[in-house]
Amino acid sequence: MDSALIPKGVKRCPIGQFAVFIAVVGAVLLWGVVAMFLCYIKGLNQTNMNNAYGFALWIWADLAVIALGGGAFFTGLLRYIIGKDELKNIINYAVLIGFVCYSSALLILAIDVGQPLRAWFIFWHANVHSMLTEVAFCLTCYFGVLTIEYIPLILENRQLDKVPFCHHLSHNMHGIMAVFAATGAFLSFFHQGSLGGVTGVLFGRPFGYRTGIGIWPWTFFLYTWSAAACGPCFTIFITRITEAATRKKLVKDNVIDLLAKIAGWMLLTYIVAKIIDTWYWAAVTAPSMGLTLMDFYSNNPGSAYGLWILIAEVGICGVLPAIMLVSGSVRRSPALLFIAVTLAVIGACLNRWVMVLQTQAVPVLSFESWFTYFPSWQEIATTILPVAYGVILIALSYRYLPIFPQEQELNPIEGGK
Amino acid sequence: MFPFSFEWVWDMGHMVFHGGLWYALSILGMGVTYCIIKAVYDTAKGQGGHHGHGQH
Amino acid sequence: MDQPNNKRFGMVIDLDKCTGCGACMVACMAENNVPFREDDTDKLLSIAWMRVYRLKNGKSFPQAEECFLPRPCQHCEGHHGHSPCVSVCPATATDYDMQTGIVSQVPTRCFGCRYCMAACPYHVRQFNWWDPVWPDGMERSLNPDVSVRMRGIVEKCSFCYHRYQRALDKAYAEGRRDLKEHEYQTACTQACPAGAITFGDLNNPAHAVHKLAQPDMAHEGQSRNPKAFRLLERLGTNTKIYYLSSKEWVRKAGDTAVQKA
Repeated sequence: MDSALIPKGVKRCPIGQFAVFIAVVGAVLLWGVVAMFLCYIKGLNQTNMNNAYGFALWIWADLAVIALGGGAFFTGLLRYIIGKDELKNIINYAVLIGFVCYSSALLILAIDVGQPLRAWFIFWHANVHSMLTEVAFCLTCYFGVLTIEYIPLILENRQLDKVPFCHHLSHNMHGIMAVFAATGAFLSFFHQGSLGGVTGVLFGRPFGYRTGIGIWPWTFFLYTWSAAACGPCFTIFITRITEAATRKKLVKDNVIDLLAKIAGWMLLTYIVAKIIDTWYWAAVTAPSMGLTLMDFYSNNPGSAYGLWILIAEVGICGVLPAIMLVSGSVRRSPALLFIAVTLAVIGACLNRWVMVLQTQAVPVLSFESWFTYFPSWQEIATTILPVAYGVILIALSYRYLPIFPQEQELNPIEGGK
Repeated sequence: MFPFSFEWVWDMGHMVFHGGLWYALSILGMGVTYCIIKAVYDTAKGQGGHHGHGQH
Repeated sequence: MDQPNNKRFGMVIDLDKCTGCGACMVACMAENNVPFREDDTDKLLSIAWMRVYRLKNGKSFPQAEECFLPRPCQHCEGHHGHSPCVSVCPATATDYDMQTGIVSQVPTRCFGCRYCMAACPYHVRQFNWWDPVWPDGMERSLNPDVSVRMRGIVEKCSFCYHRYQRALDKAYAEGRRDLKEHEYQTACTQACPAGAITFGDLNNPAHAVHKLAQPDMAHEGQSRNPKAFRLLERLGTNTKIYYLSSKEWVRKAGDTAVQKA
């Protein structure tokens, strides 16, 4: 029925099967939309946030998806600026994943603010000294860059490409993509960093506060670095899941191997910096504020994890995947590679979780105790909403757009299943 | 965002921040405009056949 | 803008005198049209610009002692007005006024991102999770000088700034350019039956707050009074609320020492 829209030379599942898949994911999406409207109509009392937990699940989700969406800018940087030509075979997908991540972040932010109709104040009445202002500007601009990078892909749809204007526009945009990619990298450096600065500048919150250079706390650089390391891991992670879902090989091993290798070295250097930062914070910064490392990790109620959360973040989901990814033999094993990128993705998410949630939880006044929080179903639904949206957008894009340049070669139709 | 909003100050912070912002926005704006204008021109000239994919 | 004429309004709260009656909280709620709900038991969801904390020394009878600590906004000056919350607000909805030392909050400018709440270690900043609903007829008793706030925004203690404006208006009408100490007092100060709260200009040596707090301006306002302390002084928040206590354990409780008890 929709065969005229499907790219030439590739095979797609029957439209009925596709429709059922979209309907199932669409139901989840609808659940999230209901929760979103509940938040809009009734207000943020629909959440389990409170005056001690002003930042909660949503801010974590924002920080996490932006870190994971960092695959787009970093792969773009490697492909267009540094000249790693093989990456042209995965850049489309990296851009699409980045587009999904950033649009999700903007959507969640739009639900998260107490007065969404005033959200434009952040631009109009911008306080340039606030990390959040920098985040809002760079994030929105970079979303614009991702849209610019995604548009030529849409225009390459078989039917759209027949329209001469669309064809030329797509061609021209590809022609100067390096300019957009460079601007994207510039914007990404600042907003990824500013997200790190969000908690890093809070000198009233010793758990999140970090010293740094000039106006930038160390977390500024750590966040950018970790996004460049873990973003490509997420691109590989989603590529592998897509390959499993479509039961096809979509990207050649050498492409994945190159990206994984670069991500591995980025992760290794990041984790060394992160360990030094943690040590300096525990040994110098926190004691200067009257607290010791264990003050932040003991007696927290409702969870017995204590220091394990730090060990999980830095060790199991940091050092371990870094060592795995720099090792060629691990990268050659699909299972081990998948484990490594999964760990790296969890590590980035865990880092953002700790920096947002634990910063709020730790009592600073000596006569207060730990604050606990568990998200409401509305918060969970609105956080799953962008996941469902992402799945649908990826499914539609995969079905109708030539996302994977190597798909045809790797899956010749004559020998089709 | 603009110098006419009342909280605007011509200090270093504003100049660096908005300098960077408008620089990036100008590049993006000019880039997109160039692509569109050139596409209109190319279409009008009826130039260029269909290029293969994967070369970008 | 003349530097020496700048005021630094601040407060001294004598914890030895505070009985924990809560009159300051009630006065503040009424003065500032602070919204409340029918069931306001969850203190993490309710709003109170002034909140009285109960501190215990953790010992058992007969050494057990407790102390009540009223906590308004600390009006942090930080380093040259770089208070924790003001610097982070993305929409310039809060400001540190160098002429009065008051940290303001503009309810109509705030769009509810709650970054300031994350920044404030004193939990002074609170969010309007609901739209205010006043019991029938209560609208008529609201303070016309203070705008009511809507849901979805952050609010906090303003040192009853409207009283400052009113006092200034009156003084100007009388041809004066400066206020007498008693002309600008916050609602909580006046409501305290024990006289535990003293309010005034910390920069003015004639004011009672200056005499009690004895701020050392060479050291970011640190008090020279051995009985005085400020909350979380070590973090560099440079607050303008000084507490007095004759008890060492109370003075220590103002410091960061989460698990040391």
